[in-house]
Amino acid sequence: MLETIVFSLINGLLYGMLLFMMSSGLTLIFGMMGVLNFAHASFYMLGAYFAYTLGSVTGFWIALFLAPVLVGVLGAVVERYGLRRVHQFGHVPELLFTFGLAYVVDELTSLFWGTVPVPYKMPDSLNFTLFNLYNFDYSAFKIFILAVSVAMFVCLYLLLKKTRAGLIIQASLSRPDMVSALGHNVPRVFMMVFAIGCALAGLGGVVGGIQFVTEPGMAVTMGPIVFVVVVLGGLGSVPGALIASILIGVLQTLALSVDISLASVFSGIDVSRDNFFSTIWYMESIRLAPVLPFLLLVLTLIVRPRGLMGKREA
Amino acid sequence: MTNKKRAGMLAGALIGLSALLAPQGYAAEDPIRIAYIEPLSGAFANVGDAGLKHFRFTAEKINEAGGVLGRKFEIVPMDNKQSASESVQLVQRAADEGIHFITQGNGSNVAGALVEAVDRNNRRNSDNKILYLNYAAVDPALTNDRCSFYHFRFDANSEIKLEALTNYMAKQKDIKKVFLINQDYSHGQFISKTAKEMLKEKRPDIKIVGDVLHPIGQVRDFAPYVARIKQSGADSVITGNWGNDLSLLVRAADSAGLDVKFYTYYGGGLGTPAAVGDRGEGKLLQITEWQSNAKVNETHPEYEKWLNEFKRRYPDIDWYYHRVYNEMYMLKAAIEKAGSTDVDAVAKALEGMTFDSITGKVTMRAKDHQLIQPMYISVMDSNVVHDVDNSGLGFTTVARIPADQATAPTTCEMKRP
Repeated sequence: MLETIVFSLINGLLYGMLLFMMSSGLTLIFGMMGVLNFAHASFYMLGAYFAYTLGSVTGFWIALFLAPVLVGVLGAVVERYGLRRVHQFGHVPELLFTFGLAYVVDELTSLFWGTVPVPYKMPDSLNFTLFNLYNFDYSAFKIFILAVSVAMFVCLYLLLKKTRAGLIIQASLSRPDMVSALGHNVPRVFMMVFAIGCALAGLGGVVGGIQFVTEPGMAVTMGPIVFVVVVLGGLGSVPGALIASILIGVLQTLALSVDISLASVFSGIDVSRDNFFSTIWYMESIRLAPVLPFLLLVLTLIVRPRGLMGKREA
Repeated sequence: MTNKKRAGMLAGALIGLSALLAPQGYAAEDPIRIAYIEPLSGAFANVGDAGLKHFRFTAEKINEAGGVLGRKFEIVPMDNKQSASESVQLVQRAADEGIHFITQGNGSNVAGALVEAVDRNNRRNSDNKILYLNYAAVDPALTNDRCSFYHFRFDANSEIKLEALTNYMAKQKDIKKVFLINQDYSHGQFISKTAKEMLKEKRPDIKIVGDVLHPIGQVRDFAPYVARIKQSGADSVITGNWGNDLSLLVRAADSAGLDVKFYTYYGGGLGTPAAVGDRGEGKLLQITEWQSNAKVNETHPEYEKWLNEFKRRYPDIDWYYHRVYNEMYMLKAAIEKAGSTDVDAVAKALEGMTFDSITGKVTMRAKDHQLIQPMYISVMDSNVVHDVDNSGLGFTTVARIPADQATAPTTCEMKRP
């Protein structure tokens, strides 16, 4: 039993931190700009593909820095020449714009890199077993992901809360006219925020592309779960996103690791197998696990619409 | 001239023109058209596109060699968007266009809908019948209780594959504990249920230490599943997973240091070897009707040329569907035997037909229209002549199951016209 719990906690933490890497940029962009970026997962995918292509020339370590920067620059261009023009028409056109952008990026990706997965592999320097727990190997790369995501959280938190730039960014959202009157270029602040958000997604892609599969469908499959994290954590809250990510990771892993069903918990009550609802009663947690995050999403919106740490309603 | 008049004249002219262009029966030089009903857009477009290239390539080869009864094969691609209802409409369209042969393979749900649609069409339009050639949908029901005179399957069905696979596993004395992990839909559920029964019968000493169904295409992190496999102490895993569900599973297993053999259906499927990478070497086995290093080519040097020419033309993909070769050449032989493209006559000619394929003799079992053919079990290997997905990895045969052993009984009671 202890073994199962330890496994679930560690695997859940590792998966959760990877989720955080993908969702932190999204919550940043929403929290600071109010833009719900549907194309976020596409920038995540671009990060993976850029790192794969650059990595074959420069090696992994340089690509680890270059790819997110490239994605960030691309994000800046999208904000400057796309979003900013749409922005004046309100939030719905913005949303539609990012929605369309996601499709464009997906199609372009399969045009450039083909529809077959690309062989994007981890660097040899991280391809070894770091430690072994209950006979289960943990590779150095997994711990590397953990380290990168922790560093990302700390930097982001310090940037927003402790620096002047962070103050200006936060002020630009609530009091844009005043910030502008003080001589700051508010549109440029927004552009920077969008670029940073995209770069974070790109960074998530650089490691996520190795951990998972780098193929044109990766954006679509990752899209929904990222939104769950952001809503659960509270729109715009970076610490919230962190907690939500870990929560989802651990919960999902736990549900997969233990065999429980309503029937086994309430073993005193006897429900006939012929009953129409007996499917739910006898459903094992392992089959429920993949739906859990979405169940959480729905519950959050009903019970606590602003999420765990959010300040605004979703 | 008023606009109305002009429109009327235009319509009249169009009607006249179309009457001129309408087919005047089938002249000898008209191509024999085969509708290729597969996803050509959306998430599975890559699979549909690869299959289309296989069919076009084969048709071209047959045409170059003189065609069929002096006529040429023409492949007509139709996009079904991987939807059963779209596919049913496309059957109607094929009938309207006077196409008598359709082929499809991806998705047994689509195949089931097609069998019904084709049967319905053939009942109602006995002068415009359609023949359905299935090259990949493996649901056993299609050649058992749902079998049809107008459906022919060129891939081994799931039961046959499992029969052959468990026969091989039964001979491996080092297999003690088996774990089953499958996608939670008819295909995976069938494997989960049948593998247990077969192993129990053939090797009662093998323990089934786990049986897990997971949702299809939604699991990103397979680490918890791998942890379960590890805890169960399994030495072998049977899985019908395909695509990313297989790649991610094998990768997660490798990363966790799980040392088991994966017995799969689709380990060599399009894109999977590239995604799995060298982590599958020596661990990933697959059962197929053929694979590019099957070493049967000594007696058929022309097939080696065939493979290489295909690769030169389409560098992104490999010649994968040997069954497309079987399907097209057997259709050609059937049309020649029937002397026409009359669907009933061609179907009768195909029934029970024996064809000398690259892998040996293959027979279209008359009772249920299931092709009985030799099967190959192969393991991923980097030391091969033909790699797949340009990954440097290919497959090496570990066992060849002769056609008479790669078979399963059928309950089909076919209604014949």
